[in-house]
Amino acid sequence: MSDKITNILLVGVGGQGILLAAEILSETFMLAGFDVKKSEIHGMSQRGGSVVSHVRYGKEVFSPMVPEGEGDILFGFELMESYRYLSLLKPGGTVIVNDLCIAPPAVLLGQEPYPDGLALKIQELCPDCLLVDGQNLAIEAGNARAANTVLLGAVSKRLDVEEKYWLEAIEKMVPKKALAVNLKAFALGRSLG
Amino acid sequence: MKEILSGNEAIARGAYEAGVKVACAYPGTPSTEILENTIRYQEIDSSWATNEKVALEVGIGASFVGARSLVTMKHVGVNVAADPLFTLSYTGVNGGLLLICADDPELHSSQNEQDSRNYAKFAKIPMLEPADSQECLEFTKLAYEISERHDTPVMLRTTTRISHSKSVVTLGERVAAVAEPKLARNAAKFVMLPGNARGRHYVVEDRITTLSKEGCSMAINRMELRDKKIGVITAGISYQHVREALPEASVLKLGMVFPLPFDLIREFASKVDKLYVVEELDAFIEDQVKAIGIPVTGKEIISLCGELTPGRVRKAFGLPENAQGTVEKLPGRPPNMCPGCPHRGVFYTLKQLNAYVSGDIGCYTLGFMPPLSAMDTCVCMGASIGMATGASKVLSPEERKKVVAVIGDSTFLHTGINGLMDMVYNKGAATVIILDNRITAMTGRQENPGSGHTLMSEPTNAIDFPMLCQAIGVKNIRTINPLDLDECQRVISEEMERPETSVIITDKPCVLIKKEGVFTPGKPLAVAEDSCIGCRACLKIGCPAIEWVPTSGKKGQAKIDPLLCNGCDVCRQLCKFSAIQEAK
Ligand code: SF4
Ligand code: SF4
Repeated sequence: MSDKITNILLVGVGGQGILLAAEILSETFMLAGFDVKKSEIHGMSQRGGSVVSHVRYGKEVFSPMVPEGEGDILFGFELMESYRYLSLLKPGGTVIVNDLCIAPPAVLLGQEPYPDGLALKIQELCPDCLLVDGQNLAIEAGNARAANTVLLGAVSKRLDVEEKYWLEAIEKMVPKKALAVNLKAFALGRSLG
Repeated sequence: MKEILSGNEAIARGAYEAGVKVACAYPGTPSTEILENTIRYQEIDSSWATNEKVALEVGIGASFVGARSLVTMKHVGVNVAADPLFTLSYTGVNGGLLLICADDPELHSSQNEQDSRNYAKFAKIPMLEPADSQECLEFTKLAYEISERHDTPVMLRTTTRISHSKSVVTLGERVAAVAEPKLARNAAKFVMLPGNARGRHYVVEDRITTLSKEGCSMAINRMELRDKKIGVITAGISYQHVREALPEASVLKLGMVFPLPFDLIREFASKVDKLYVVEELDAFIEDQVKAIGIPVTGKEIISLCGELTPGRVRKAFGLPENAQGTVEKLPGRPPNMCPGCPHRGVFYTLKQLNAYVSGDIGCYTLGFMPPLSAMDTCVCMGASIGMATGASKVLSPEERKKVVAVIGDSTFLHTGINGLMDMVYNKGAATVIILDNRITAMTGRQENPGSGHTLMSEPTNAIDFPMLCQAIGVKNIRTINPLDLDECQRVISEEMERPETSVIITDKPCVLIKKEGVFTPGKPLAVAEDSCIGCRACLKIGCPAIEWVPTSGKKGQAKIDPLLCNGCDVCRQLCKFSAIQEAK
């Protein structure tokens, strides 16, 4: 095992299932034999606030926070939040982002527009960018709420961890009755990677 | 066995392995999940107390009869528990007692940034500080040994990044033989009359001197010698950031932050060329190191405010920072009350009535956010009512009418009730609105004496708020449906007119309650495009389910997201054109 640490950032809006996705990621890396640390802020963020979760894995991880500007992968659940946290990514880092806009309060109230053309802007700044239609693929898998698992599937392709560990982690963390849908969602996402 | 646990989960596990029998807390971010995890272990009696002082007293009672007990709270909670805490330092314990206090550098969800390490020094109680989840588990177990060996309560300090970050932990077994609690009388130790306490003070001072010496050989205080040019004294999460940012530096990692192992610090200082202290918030270690005559650099390069990150440590040491792109300014995304939240109607009404709102801690603090913008003050748990009394004492009779205190059910029972007793007794003339949503919502839906269930899910007595207020001596008590705007407007304005104390209690539950049958969402509403004239009236309640679409209709139109709407019906009452109706 090399000494390299891989830094993953999960960003989006409170309530989108980011914390669960971060748990599945961490579990996968632990099963694959890595040291893992994960960090995020609870509390206010549960009520529609901006959420960032840090997941780091490697031979030995110290800080649970991704050092500023050293993110290898930014894993975005919503366009504006992905754009907001791009500065945490290292130059040349990978972005995997859900093609979805969720309006924040000022936009809901009609005081500010939701910024235009974010997907393009993200692609310009980060050429290694994969835009995922998470919502529709999740519906295809059987449940609109499984978009986070579709995204996980897409991310999984970029990381050198065997598929069996991903499946094992999903089976462990996802409630039984939602398992079949989530496994399908994962496979759909993985086929994009 | 290995698992990935958060610091909070690891503390719960450590308590289980240490043989803890009683765990008690008042929820507070970031400490809350500790008790939500001790309930996984049948052997531990876990409960929510009405406030932190009571939680500590429950722990003390269990300890005095021989059981190991765990008490948890957030940093500001220690202020509430400080009274018994300082005397507990004198009595010492019988069964081990561990107090966890979770600090929140960077104020992710708190009203100040206080550094609880000062409490350990002030109350003369040893304090441990873990640096990851594995240490959370191990230090918890070690704390009980120290507690019983030195006859002292022990504090364990975490910070948000320890409580809520996860890392790999190796689990152990619960200790085999836990002593059965039984009544033990020892008045000289447990009755703190001046005569007894005077003698105990010497015991307390000796204990700290002994522990400072013992700390020099404790494995949790360790020197990691690498390059000798830079030596850093650090603890807790700061240790991780130092290792990340300065991998070659020598480090003295402290697991016990009070009392400090001064001989070990002297030894470390003699081995390195230049000595630093890297710590979040106060210059707690730094000042004590300076006081024994060792020159050290600390707060000159590291802020007294906010939490550290690997980047902030790099910057402090003048290392090159990673190039960071900047993006243009984006609309913010602050938290918001939930769609269908029962508090929205009340805040809307208070704004309409131009009330001076003395606010409190909880979801309803979000009533401060635009467009409701209906909160004028917020200081600490339970302060709203006392502050309203104070304001009403000095204002003119006309202005006094505007003063309204708002407080949630859990906060009212925490410390608000004391303020209400005072208001009635001292003839305060303000209106108090108890926003009873039947749960401690902000911290994540914890049960309280108003919800009718215990932490361990047993049905129990539910407080009758009107009767409670009556018993305190409130004469004007009214209950309202907060989702009925006309009723809110009528009742609140009538009570504001009254030149004496009135209490209004709202009776709709939090929309996030999980217990069956407490909250049932209504049918989602929808905006009829042909009726909506774009007046924007419905936007004034700030429901996240309602979006303004500037491109629809003549002047733009409102749209309701059927997936988010909980059908509370408040927006419909605001629409003069009957454009909002049940979705087809
Ligand atoms: S959690 Fe409950 S009380 Fe808090 S904003 Fe949501 S509905 Fe309102
Ligand atoms: S009825 Fe109106 S105010 Fe209530 S949740 Fe639905 S959209 Fe929001």
